[in-house]
Amino acid sequence: MIEVRDLTKRFGEKLAVDHLSFSVQPGRVTGFLGPNGAGKSTTMRLILGLDRPASGTATINGVPYAQIPTPLRTVGALLEAKSVHTGRTARNHLLFLAQTQGLPSSRADEVLRLVGLSDVAGKRAGAFSLGMGQRLGVAAAMLGDPQVLLLDEPVNGLDPEGVLWIRNLMKALAGEGRTILVSSHLMNEMAVTADHLIVIGRGRLLADAATEEVIARSSGQTVRVRTPDPDRLTALIAADGGKAVPSATGNGNGNGNAAAEAAAGQPSDRAPVLTVTGVAAARIGELAAQSGVVLHELTPQLASLEEAFLELTADSLEYGHLDAQPADWSSR
Amino acid sequence: MSAAPAASYSPAGPAVASQRHRVGFGHYMLAEWTKIRSVRSTFWTLIVAIVVVVGFTALITWVTAANWNGPRAAPRDARAIADPTAIIFGVAIYLGQLAIAVLGVLVVTTEYSTGVIRASLLAVPRRITMLAAKVTVFTLVMFVLAEILAFGSFFVGAAILHSHVSVSLSDTGVLRATFGAGLYLVTFGLFAMAIGVLLRHTAGAISIAVAVAFVLPILAGLLPDTSLWNHLVGYLPVQAGSQVITVHPTGDAIVLSAWEGYGVLCIWVAVLFGFGAYLFSRRDA
Repeated sequence: MIEVRDLTKRFGEKLAVDHLSFSVQPGRVTGFLGPNGAGKSTTMRLILGLDRPASGTATINGVPYAQIPTPLRTVGALLEAKSVHTGRTARNHLLFLAQTQGLPSSRADEVLRLVGLSDVAGKRAGAFSLGMGQRLGVAAAMLGDPQVLLLDEPVNGLDPEGVLWIRNLMKALAGEGRTILVSSHLMNEMAVTADHLIVIGRGRLLADAATEEVIARSSGQTVRVRTPDPDRLTALIAADGGKAVPSATGNGNGNGNAAAEAAAGQPSDRAPVLTVTGVAAARIGELAAQSGVVLHELTPQLASLEEAFLELTADSLEYGHLDAQPADWSSR
Repeated sequence: MSAAPAASYSPAGPAVASQRHRVGFGHYMLAEWTKIRSVRSTFWTLIVAIVVVVGFTALITWVTAANWNGPRAAPRDARAIADPTAIIFGVAIYLGQLAIAVLGVLVVTTEYSTGVIRASLLAVPRRITMLAAKVTVFTLVMFVLAEILAFGSFFVGAAILHSHVSVSLSDTGVLRATFGAGLYLVTFGLFAMAIGVLLRHTAGAISIAVAVAFVLPILAGLLPDTSLWNHLVGYLPVQAGSQVITVHPTGDAIVLSAWEGYGVLCIWVAVLFGFGAYLFSRRDA
């Protein structure tokens, strides 16, 4: 378990982390969300003892990081910033880390196998692609088989395969009862990965709740429906207390993914699209089935998490409101 | 690159399962040894050190021997007869110290430039302990190498000069000067390493090491020859430390004996490391 109490960090005039308190529970993936510059990385560095807080404490299983005797056996961390010597081989990087923890060198080979880097164990880390570098970072984090993992923007810049790999790994590790804190500024990624969300903006806590709760708290859940018979479905939904409006864009799903859809060969479907609010996707399906209305698509909109997030962070976007916050530019 | 399915994740490796593992300074030293031996810059700087020290010893002594009794060679011949170790070590050690200094700087500053310092501190959050392990490993490795260089240099130089001047380790002060040449190289490497800890930037730290090694002596030579200045100059790191390599001290800066001078260099190193360790323990990494 990670506990952060009243943590504060200043960089000169700027308050990077502002009296932040939260705890991260084992057995689930906790997403650490915030716009760029919200203080996510700084908070993680404070938890890991890399930066010194101005005030407050951060403990892991009740102990400050610096006082854990063999920390890599308790905590694994994947930092956003590079932390590998470019001239050292992947294996030697893991080897020296293993030696500091009294682990045998065979453990370096084990984690290399775990992340699928055995073939390039003797290659210098400087020659690694972004994805391979990220895998090496995961290998280093897993070296001591830690109960607690902190991952800072682990999917940044990864290809879809790598994203999926990280996502599944985090879920599997949380399933084993480990404590996982993963930061991201990508809402949709968190929606499919995290069970719990801690949202911060300008270094302050904005939300600390289950992922569904954060979504539910937003203005309203929407469902995207594609049907060749929009009039009848609109009437059915209205009769059930919901509201269906024709989507402004016939194609595209409102997430700006029209190009992706086109690539997937979907735009051949010219059936109209409705955006439904007030009725859950399952209920819309039932209504349509009962009345024999054909549905081509029925998608709960994950974008609502994006909206929930934007709502939460609207006042705290670092560079969002130039006029309101000119001082932030001069202090950077 | 094939994705390892999450299901293939093996929880505790057998080694990890063993509970309450105790690690000590020896583990940290082993890790620092792995670090220093697993980067190419170590080998390149050491090869440069060997080539420069042994090469310049051979060159300088050969030039001296080959032009013995040559035109305008009389003063140099006289110096070689009076103080042969000065001819052997006089140039080679002072050029070679730069390669050792570069390595001393690099073992610290590349941790910052590549970001591996973060991995290092996550593994060993007790920063002073980590720094102590790094200093110990560097000192041991460099001590062995520097003494090999010093004695190798002496024997090469003595052999080349042999036909004109005979010098042996059993001559008064020669063994101390040769052993001292190795000590001086290690200690100047540590001096540069301490500057690396303070500055955290390769170029800046190397520049200061070069300034201390080569620019300060030139500036010192321009100062008026008064007792006050001689004393001040005599306590500068290189001027003081080099006394331990000197068999027959000459010139203005005879304010410290061989071991006094070396002691002063060690104090410089200790003070810089004191400041460096203080900053290292407090700074954000």
